Amino acid sequence: MKIAVTSAGTQLESEVDPRFGRARYILIVDPETLAFEALDNSANVSAFQGSGISAATMVSDKGAEVLLTGYCGPKAYLTLDAAGIKVVSDISGTVMDAVNAFKNGKVTYATEANKDSHW
Amino acid sequence: MIISVASGKGGTGKTTVATNMALALGEKVELLDCDVEEPNAHLFLKPQITRTEKVETPIPLIDLEKCTACRKCSDICRFNAIAVVGKKVLVFPELCHSCGGCMVVCPEKAIVETGRELGTISYGHRNGIRFINGRLRVGEAMSPPLIRKVRAAADPERVTIIDAPPGTSCPVIAAMNGADFILMVTEPTPFGLHDLRLAVGAVRVLGIPCGLVVNRSDIGDQKVFAYAESEGLPILMTIPFDRRIAEIYSRGKAIVEEMPEWKERFVDLYRKIEALATSRSGASQCVK
Repeated sequence: MKIAVTSAGTQLESEVDPRFGRARYILIVDPETLAFEALDNSANVSAFQGSGISAATMVSDKGAEVLLTGYCGPKAYLTLDAAGIKVVSDISGTVMDAVNAFKNGKVTYATEANKDSHW
Repeated sequence: MIISVASGKGGTGKTTVATNMALALGEKVELLDCDVEEPNAHLFLKPQITRTEKVETPIPLIDLEKCTACRKCSDICRFNAIAVVGKKVLVFPELCHSCGGCMVVCPEKAIVETGRELGTISYGHRNGIRFINGRLRVGEAMSPPLIRKVRAAADPERVTIIDAPPGTSCPVIAAMNGADFILMVTEPTPFGLHDLRLAVGAVRVLGIPCGLVVNRSDIGDQKVFAYAESEGLPILMTIPFDRRIAEIYSRGKAIVEEMPEWKERFVDLYRKIEALATSRSGASQCVK
């Protein structure tokens, strides 16, 4: 399986980027093998609007089943939910810390967005 | 003749100038309140409203029976208003700018038009002056489509006075674009001048003749006058910081009706605008 983690850098040692839609990178990680791919999210960072929707589409296209991030807005949540991706918000520390927390079952799946829309 | 009354900075007196000029000119004019996020010209013109209608903007509705999730619609949308995840299609109506691109590119003809309410347009009149205003729906983020609908209701046989929103972004452009003259209302303060510079920059891009009204002309500093001179912007009227004018305004009354000597000044303001708008267009025709 694959999980997506928002990241400030391209490595597992990088800090989690608390933003989802406008995260600098999104790492797609296999929690068992720790094989990963760093997706450059810069197009969404500078998007005029709808960055969360676009980032959610990207994560879905990569086949991730779970997203670990800090904050997830309502439109992003709706898109992730439609894609069948489970969301864990309020994540901090490094990407590796987040992956370990996930592997150890120490995460709680969100049932709604934890950030308001940016209007 | 379309005159758009703009300012850059808010609270400089756009509505005061627009409503008083309309009342001074009388029957031949119409006043369009295009400050749709906070319309207030009606408070001063006091028109009898005869009709109010809802205004919508077109947004896509997807027929999931026909949709093959090919993503052509989400790819063309610059505004992320359509997302395709797996075989599911999501539409975010509030992000849609009504360009219609998704409907054009859909190979399955699976997208039809539905509407999102933008707000309302009201029509009325006062002493033969035609009045129209737009009122943006609370929660709606996009005012330019509503502003364009208010302007589309203009009567080309009349002198159209537009009360524009403040600022220099899309709503102001929507209220100035295609006008024959931009009347900038400013005040001689650093804030007024700062925002006036930005607004004049926008007017220059649009290539529309422009002139100034300096309101509360005897406060602040003199820099706005120096700026006007250096930019070649004619000052068409000055309004002093006068307690009587402030009281008339605060009671929702018209200066031209309470202080009749101002009626001729506002008529004169219009005559100057008319002369500048026609002579400038004549000059640009010579250039061509």
